[in-house]
Amino acid sequence: MLAYGLKRLLHVIPVAIGVSIVCFMLIHIAPGDPLAAILPSDASAELQAEMRSFYGLDKPLPVQYALWAWRALHGDLGVSIASGRPVLGEILSASINSIILAVAATMIGFTFGAVLGFLAGVFRGTWIDRIASAISMIGVSVPHYWLGMVLVIVFSVRLGWLPAMGGGPGGSDGKAVGWDYLRYLILPAITMSVIPMGIIARTIRSLVADILAQDFTQALAAKGLLTGQIMRHVIRNAAPTAISVMGLQLGYLLGGSILIETVFSWPGTGFLLNGAIFSRDLPVLQGTILVLAMFFVLVNLVVDVLQSAIDPRIQRS
Amino acid sequence: MTAITADIVAVPRIIRSPGFWHGVIRRLSRDPVALVALCIVIALIAIAILAPYLAPYDPAKTSVIRRLKPIGTPGYLLGTDELGRDMLSRLIYGARLSLVMGVIPVPIAFIIGSTIGIIAGYAGGIVNTLIMRTVDVFYAFPSVLLAVALSGALGSGLTNALVSLTVVFIPQIARVAESVTTQVRRLDYVDAARASGANAPTIIVVHVLSNVLGPIFVFATSLISVSMILASGLSFLGLGVRPPDAEWGLMLNSLRTAIYVNPYVAALPGVMIFVTSICFNLFSDGLRTAMDVKS
Amino acid sequence: MTDYLHRSMGDLDPRDRGGPAQPLVSVQGLVKHFPVKSSGLFQPRKVVRAVDSINFEILKGETLGVVGESGCGKSTTARLLMQLVKPDKGEVLFDGETVGGAISLGDYRRQVQMVFQDSYASLNPRLTIEESVSFGPRVHGVPAQTAIARAHDLLHRVGLEPNRFAGRYPHELSGGQRQRVNIARALALEPRLVILDEAVSALDKSVEAQVLNLLLDLKRDFGLTYLFISHDLNVVRFMCDRVMVMYLGKVAEIGSRDAIFERTKHPYSAALLASMPSMDPQARALEPPLVGDPPSPIDPPSGCRFHTRCKFAEDICAQIVPPLAAISQAQSAACLMSMPRSGHSHAPVHGDL
Repeated sequence: MLAYGLKRLLHVIPVAIGVSIVCFMLIHIAPGDPLAAILPSDASAELQAEMRSFYGLDKPLPVQYALWAWRALHGDLGVSIASGRPVLGEILSASINSIILAVAATMIGFTFGAVLGFLAGVFRGTWIDRIASAISMIGVSVPHYWLGMVLVIVFSVRLGWLPAMGGGPGGSDGKAVGWDYLRYLILPAITMSVIPMGIIARTIRSLVADILAQDFTQALAAKGLLTGQIMRHVIRNAAPTAISVMGLQLGYLLGGSILIETVFSWPGTGFLLNGAIFSRDLPVLQGTILVLAMFFVLVNLVVDVLQSAIDPRIQRS
Repeated sequence: MTAITADIVAVPRIIRSPGFWHGVIRRLSRDPVALVALCIVIALIAIAILAPYLAPYDPAKTSVIRRLKPIGTPGYLLGTDELGRDMLSRLIYGARLSLVMGVIPVPIAFIIGSTIGIIAGYAGGIVNTLIMRTVDVFYAFPSVLLAVALSGALGSGLTNALVSLTVVFIPQIARVAESVTTQVRRLDYVDAARASGANAPTIIVVHVLSNVLGPIFVFATSLISVSMILASGLSFLGLGVRPPDAEWGLMLNSLRTAIYVNPYVAALPGVMIFVTSICFNLFSDGLRTAMDVKS
Repeated sequence: MTDYLHRSMGDLDPRDRGGPAQPLVSVQGLVKHFPVKSSGLFQPRKVVRAVDSINFEILKGETLGVVGESGCGKSTTARLLMQLVKPDKGEVLFDGETVGGAISLGDYRRQVQMVFQDSYASLNPRLTIEESVSFGPRVHGVPAQTAIARAHDLLHRVGLEPNRFAGRYPHELSGGQRQRVNIARALALEPRLVILDEAVSALDKSVEAQVLNLLLDLKRDFGLTYLFISHDLNVVRFMCDRVMVMYLGKVAEIGSRDAIFERTKHPYSAALLASMPSMDPQARALEPPLVGDPPSPIDPPSGCRFHTRCKFAEDICAQIVPPLAAISQAQSAACLMSMPRSGHSHAPVHGDL
């Protein structure tokens, strides 16, 4: 397993380098002088010249990339134009909120998706299956940012049960444990959970149906084993795939949280990204995307290795 | 006896079986869900094309006194938005940009992505490695993040949004195209074609395309739903079309502040995105079943 | 238009160059190693020695059978001959001309065709039968109408009524019918050599017999030469003039059918023959003549590759690679026991070389 992990790591390194090149190029595909993108528009000519040589903008692109990558490796992602603070610090404080949201959403989505998919797989072809299929179809087709708005309309505007936006009683600042804070998490987490729910339900449905159709479960049934024992077999065989799908969904949610965080003003990386886009704060945009993409690459790696640890037959070449 | 038979078949008439696509259409025509979904999609496209004839008002005409009228207001069937523009007219006109933004990237990505993937799959070896490692880099971004990153860097606007979305879908389609082509390339009929002296382009056109385009096409149709949501999402973030253009995602964004005043009107553009997205998804599912493609 | 359909046996093939004495195909030192994915990170790359330096000839008008256990290199040999995979070493002479040299690959492929084992996988499911059969000629510039007409003639010839079958798709046909289509497709280019790679192995026994008889008829009518690959020794005995026995990428023995089936000189051939089911209850073997699976072609045994399973094996067998040597005019074997003064205790003592 260690060897497999190392092998996967070797595969991941070129991808990670490629991802960093794409992120690096973001500043360069932006219209206008890249310097204008990393400096406030009212910067003095002196500062401009200083920054130009500091960032190596007078050097060829590969050198610029090397400089940028070297600094990024050491945690220097530049300075936010809007706030003047280091980009990495902003990202780190925002990512805690994003992780809380994504983990909560994945847990909710996985629980409901797994139950739905399991029932649909066991009762394949019945009305339960059809309802489960319809729910997962809605789950993958609904524009979740709109769903968030609808939930806000129902539970905040109409019923007044839950807050419509923010990360806690102090608006977008401060974190603590307790109902006061949890209230703010409920709507965004439920909204977000719809994305993985449909996918997990579909995956588990086909897994369960496949396993039930296989010879060994048929043989178990023929041997007169109880349904409970057969179900244990099903769960044991479906678990590795289900867990890996869950892991990947967690990665997707973290990377793709921008829409939901915007709807709920949830103070995570997506919200940070949205602000950066709005104020054309390209260092923050670039840094956040780099961190999120790298995190996604890492999640992929961890999921692969974990999956092969659970079931050594599954090894992606 | 034989002589008689010979007489009867004197005029040879070749029995022709219906082709593959014939069968697909026949199976699809027996799938009520897919048909209804297709009809709604066609209706939406018709609405988009005929918008000037269907919309009761100019979608850009604002009015300070008519702001945020509720659904059912006489003369304004679906109410008005935060600038007093007629919602029905804006939703009808919104179909134009929303469908263009949501649908167009997929066929473009389909053409580019299948070309890349089929070449990689058929060539194999080092060509495959080079192409697919590059594709992997783009595939390593979650779709939403990549679309936002590219649009965010390029700036808002219809063209930039279309470019971003196309770039998001190319690697996904290329991956599917590469994997089905690699499977087909290993089959004996491709070897048989090589053995009869055909060159690579001929084999790709006659033997590979006819067998790989189906699965790639099905996958691409399933992406339209994702593309609709992503495209409107970009507009929702202010990265798609710019105001005052009518586009469902953008409308949703500008009506966000109105949820306290007139929540139902504010939710309407999302209903349109949802309906369009689910219809494309249902049709794609029907097509998948009709073509018997494994997901 | 269809002169080749009506050519009788006595006529000389205008494409014949070297006369009947010159072998149609001469294979010299053919080698193909496939790289395998290394299991560990820093382990050296390994190769499967699928075909490891083999020599043989296919005579004009004969049927040469190739037998051996699965993994012995039969199919790789076929694909190498068909130039579907590039050999690492060695060359193929076709009627005296080097393939890829004096005779171009394109010309060669018109004269050599192949029928695969899997009748379904070897037909494009999206093409009708007539499209599949006429594809080869059309590639070589035959006009569509002519190619279709030729395809109909051939379908008729292989026993499929064109009116009923030409417009159909492969999945609508039975396995035997599909294999007839594959034969027609192979014949569409008027080849001189047809490679039959387990062409009847997947068919029901009754259908298999019909197809074998069809193959014999076609061979006679079109003056064909066959390379007949099969694991079924009964079928090989029925079809072939000469037989080649392969073991782990090497030729173990080659010779006339009677020599191989009656007077084999290689213990592997003998074991294969002994494992044939016998109709005579008295003659049935009580012990399996071959035990276990063949060793991996990734790390083949040293010396004679069969020594790990050979009941006559001695120390010398693990050290010396026995060359394929002529025993009589009709037979060659690669075994130290038939090599004079090889050091094996069963080796003939006479023979003055």
